[in-house]
Amino acid sequence: MSVIYVLLTISIVVALLFFIAFIHSVRSGQYEDAYTPSVRILFEDEVLKPEDSTEQTAPETQKTNSKSKQI
Amino acid sequence: MCMDKELCFHCGLPCDIDAVLFQDKSFCCRGCKTVYEIFDSNDLKYYYDLQSAAGTSPDYTPGKFDFLGKPEIAEQLLEFNDGKHQVVEFFIPSIHCSSCIWVLENLQKLSPGVVQSQVDFPKKTVRITFKASETGLKEIAVLLSRIGYEPTISLADSGSAKKREDKRLIYQVGVAGFAFGNIMFLSFPEYFEVEEFWLDQYKVLFRWLMFAFSVPVVFYAGLDYLTSAYKGLRSKFLNIDVPIALGILVLFIRSTLEIMFDWGSGFFDSLSGLVFFLLLGKYFQKRTYSFLSFERDYKSYFPVAVTRIDETGIEEIVQVKDVVKGDRLLIRHGELIPVDGLLQHGDGEIDYSFVTGEARPVHVARGEKLFAGGKQLGGPVEIMAVESVSQSYLTRLWSHSVFGKGEESRFKTLTDRIGKRFTIAVLSIALASAIYWAYADPSLIWNVVTAVLIIACPCAIALSAPFTLGNMLRIFGRRKFYLKDATVVEKLAEIDTAIFDKTGTLTTRKYDDILYEGNTLTQEEKSLLKSTLRASNHPLSRSLYTLLKEQDITVLDHYEEHYGKGLYGSKGKASVKIGSSEFVDNCKEERPDRSVVHLSANEKYKGHFILYSQYRDGISRLMSDLERRMDIGVLSGDHDGERNRLEALLPDLTPMYFNQSPEDKLFFVRSLQDSGKQVMMVGDGLNDAGALAQSDVGIALSEDINVFSPACDGILDAEKFKFLGSYVEASQKAMRVIKMSFVLSLLYNLIGLYFAVTGQLMPVVAAILMPLSSISIVAFTTLATNWIGRDIN
Repeated sequence: MSVIYVLLTISIVVALLFFIAFIHSVRSGQYEDAYTPSVRILFEDEVLKPEDSTEQTAPETQKTNSKSKQI
Repeated sequence: MCMDKELCFHCGLPCDIDAVLFQDKSFCCRGCKTVYEIFDSNDLKYYYDLQSAAGTSPDYTPGKFDFLGKPEIAEQLLEFNDGKHQVVEFFIPSIHCSSCIWVLENLQKLSPGVVQSQVDFPKKTVRITFKASETGLKEIAVLLSRIGYEPTISLADSGSAKKREDKRLIYQVGVAGFAFGNIMFLSFPEYFEVEEFWLDQYKVLFRWLMFAFSVPVVFYAGLDYLTSAYKGLRSKFLNIDVPIALGILVLFIRSTLEIMFDWGSGFFDSLSGLVFFLLLGKYFQKRTYSFLSFERDYKSYFPVAVTRIDETGIEEIVQVKDVVKGDRLLIRHGELIPVDGLLQHGDGEIDYSFVTGEARPVHVARGEKLFAGGKQLGGPVEIMAVESVSQSYLTRLWSHSVFGKGEESRFKTLTDRIGKRFTIAVLSIALASAIYWAYADPSLIWNVVTAVLIIACPCAIALSAPFTLGNMLRIFGRRKFYLKDATVVEKLAEIDTAIFDKTGTLTTRKYDDILYEGNTLTQEEKSLLKSTLRASNHPLSRSLYTLLKEQDITVLDHYEEHYGKGLYGSKGKASVKIGSSEFVDNCKEERPDRSVVHLSANEKYKGHFILYSQYRDGISRLMSDLERRMDIGVLSGDHDGERNRLEALLPDLTPMYFNQSPEDKLFFVRSLQDSGKQVMMVGDGLNDAGALAQSDVGIALSEDINVFSPACDGILDAEKFKFLGSYVEASQKAMRVIKMSFVLSLLYNLIGLYFAVTGQLMPVVAAILMPLSSISIVAFTTLATNWIGRDIN
């Protein structure tokens, strides 16, 4: 088999992966609110004094990651 | 001590004399201090670091959210409920900065039952997930209100499921863009047709791959154009989608045949590019203001539940839609009257400002009729419903056909009107060239005819309007004029008649002119009067207080406020009474047609103040400016007490109609339309809702765009009212820009047609010409509209 088939397959697979990522981003609501996440990302870290920062940031990190996957 | 200039640490408003000092910080009121305390004790002081004075002063009446405790009401508001976890989305108009996002997303620190909360800033909503066992809907609503983020819960939230946002267009743009990019890569080798071994060997594979990519472009991404063209043809109207659909189909069929019989490489790149650009234009035009709603009816304003008193005197909470004729209802201070009723108990002090725009509360005596939509400002009252909710005087308006859904608009856009002539022209050119080639060289007929249809596909024309109007929409939005969609700009440009509501539209909700008639007051009386007024929150007292120049404030010995009647204040032997003619002593005058405040001192009648409403800034100029371009008129629900003042402000012979009911206004607009006028209605209250819906362009004027406005085509911030004329002018200029870009794109079409008619259209020519024309149109319209935008004001 010619190498061109391999190359084509790879390029189309990569393209399709991006396409799937796009579909996923629309489904998970990333196009619904394009503003709030840009504010939210600046919140952490600056929040509090060092001693309780570990405790404080833990639940928030979780939130930012799972922002779109709500019940 | 707190000076007059000092600002509240929580909300940033100037501290009055009764400021509260706490932890070396001053607060304008107890409410603000309480919110600060809540944040302080829960480690949420970061709120003030993010944005200073970010807060809103809480205004919470206890018992306001009791109805949320009722399971059947709560169930209608919850988005999700599995018994353990519940999800609710609240609309919170006071969300305005990053501090708001931060504190609302840290709600779990204030209420352990909250699992997660997420703010959608553009929509001003917060979605809260909570454990049903630990907290409830009511507790959360109360908590939010206590920290100054009172959710707005209205009749519109209950019942029907929320509309899901339509994401179809985003998917379509994605599909078209994805296919466009890939097809471009695959067709690149063939643009430079060099006789080369590799190219020759694999071109079949490349071509069929392009075909595979273009199938979803035609049958998914471009489907709307095909169906719209089909619908247009069926109703015998050649809209702009007809030549587009023709172009898409011909491109697809010719390309497929070409690769099938190895005639050539096809035009798949142009095809997908065309659809991609068209969809981008659509997307650009569609995005609007998610935090505003242009579809509101009375339901967005009416409460979900109300307190009913049964025969035995027991209070129960019932849903507003279950209220029937004859029910006895308890309306507390600050609550809205949901149905027409008769006052049974207590003093009615009704603020109809949302209905009529009139700020002055109306005093209603026992046995008199109250209308749905008014807000009780006095103490609690008991009313007896005489109608159901949907049958009340105001709400009946919504049974009119103008509010019927899905009414096809009679408006044809400029693009569609051009589309008809364009289609006919393209088809005749195709036919003419077919006839010519039938004699010259019959083998080229197919080639030439398809090429004409392809190259004439009015991509650039179809893009002119979306990009021009979409950009105008944004420019207006930055100037606080929010339009529902792009066609409103087009309609605005064609307006020849403008009708204005008076109260709340031409006038502000404040009073500015004051006239005193009666005996002169002594210095002592004046200072006593001012001190008494200071204690009251009644709108009339507030305006009178700010208008009186007297500054000598004394401490009163005695102060009484009688809801709906007046004020009493005394110091030493001196006393004053201010209020209605029945309330003050020895008053014989009766002047119901104006905002009059009577005054008596030491049991002797002194005189009265007449307050005139304030007309908005610059209306004289606006009106004479508009009058040069269109007919104007005034429709008011009020008596004609202010006719003379209005006549002085407006251009001569401006028609004015008074005592108009909500339905009269609607019919007035309709009769103008029947005589061929394009009518713009500018109003503000619910009583204008019918006229706003009926008019070609209905514009709701709003002091605070977040609070409330009736259904309309556009919302205009009240302070920008004086610029309305220049907005109309700007939209007329925008239409000129569209026409210019039509000419520009026709030039491109002519160049393309030269290649097509002479039978030498190469795929690479199409692939260059098509994006070139689209991009230059987009650039031209964007520059031109920005230039127009700079000229506004």
